[in-house]
Amino acid sequence: MSLLDYFRSTKKNTASTAKERLQIIVAHERNRRNSPDYLPQLERDILAVIRKYVDIADDQVSVSLEKSSDELSVLELNVTFPDDKK
Amino acid sequence: MAKIIVVTSGKGGVGKTTSSAAIGTGIAMRGFKTVIIDFDIGLRNLDLIMGCERRVVYDFVNVINGEANLKQAMIKDKRIDTLFILPASQTRDKDALSKEGVERILNELAEEFDYIICDSPAGIESGAMMALYFADEAIVVTNPEVSSVRDSDRILGMLSSKSRRAEQGLPGIKEHLLLTRYNPERVVKGEMLSVEDVGEILAIKLLGVIPESQAVLNASNSGTPVILDEESDAGQAYLDTVARLLGEDVPFRFLNVEKKGLLKRIFGG
Repeated sequence: MSLLDYFRSTKKNTASTAKERLQIIVAHERNRRNSPDYLPQLERDILAVIRKYVDIADDQVSVSLEKSSDELSVLELNVTFPDDKK
Repeated sequence: MAKIIVVTSGKGGVGKTTSSAAIGTGIAMRGFKTVIIDFDIGLRNLDLIMGCERRVVYDFVNVINGEANLKQAMIKDKRIDTLFILPASQTRDKDALSKEGVERILNELAEEFDYIICDSPAGIESGAMMALYFADEAIVVTNPEVSSVRDSDRILGMLSSKSRRAEQGLPGIKEHLLLTRYNPERVVKGEMLSVEDVGEILAIKLLGVIPESQAVLNASNSGTPVILDEESDAGQAYLDTVARLLGEDVPFRFLNVEKKGLLKRIFGG
C-alpha cells in the first residue's frame, strides 16, 4: 500500500453499512410477516424431500408466496444445487 | 371523545417513558385534560420520571380489579392542572391486565379526558400488546441504531395487524416516528444513521427528533419531565414535537451540528 493510498483510504462509514443491513433484514421480515403461518413448515418439508436426493444446506431453499391478485397467489420455490452434486 | 395515543418501540431503553412524560406534559400544558398511563406492569417507572413516586397509593391493576376507583388511583400533577398519572402495578403477575378490564378503564377515562397517553413496556408480550390495542395514534420511539430500527419495524407490523382498529376493519392507527438520542455530529462523521435513513427504512411520518442531551438525565434525576426544561435542546425539541402532534407545522431543529464560536471553543460549554 503506497503512502497515497493510505491518505486516500476511504473506509466505508458504518452508518451506510447499517442502512444496507437494515434494508435487507427489514424487507425480509416484512415479507415473512405477510405470508401465511404454514410457510415455514412447508419450507422445512420441501427441504426434507429434496434432501432425500441431494445434500443441500438450509439456506439453499427459499420459498415465498406472493399474492398477485385476490384470486391468484404464486408459490415460488428456489433451490440452489451445489455444483459438485449435479 | 378522547384520543388514545400509545408510545411504543419494541426495544427497551430507547426513551418511551421519557417521551410519554414529556409529550403528555406538553399536551396538558396546552390546556388539554391529559392522563398518562403506565402499562409496564411489574416495572413501574413513569411515577419516578414524573416525580410523583411517593404519592402512589393505588395503581392501574387495583382499578381493573375493582379494589380502588380511578379517582383514588390517579395522581394529579402538582405543576400542571390538567395533567394526571395512572401508575403501573408492581405485581409480578404479567397477565394482570385483561383486554376487557383495560377497555373498561379507557372508556371511563375517555368521558373525562381529551388525551390518554399509554406508556408501553418494551417487548411484544401482553403488556405491550394491551398498550397498543386500543390506540388511535402511535408514537414509535426509535434510536438511530440497527436493533432499535428493526424492532420499531416489528412494532409497526403489530400496530397494523394486532390492534382493535385492524381487527374491526376501522381506519388504521396513525403512526408517527419519534427519533431520540440523535447525535448530528456522529451523523456527519458517518457513524450514525441519519433522520433520512431511518425515515426511508420505516416509511412513516416523522413527528420529532430529540437530540442526545444532558438535559434528559438531569430531568429524570430530579423527577421533572424534560419538556419543562424549556432552556434545553431536548426540552425545545419535545415542545416542537407536541406542536406537530397537535397539527401545527413546525420546522425541525437540532438536525445539524451546532457551529461553535471561537470563545465557546476555547472555554467550552
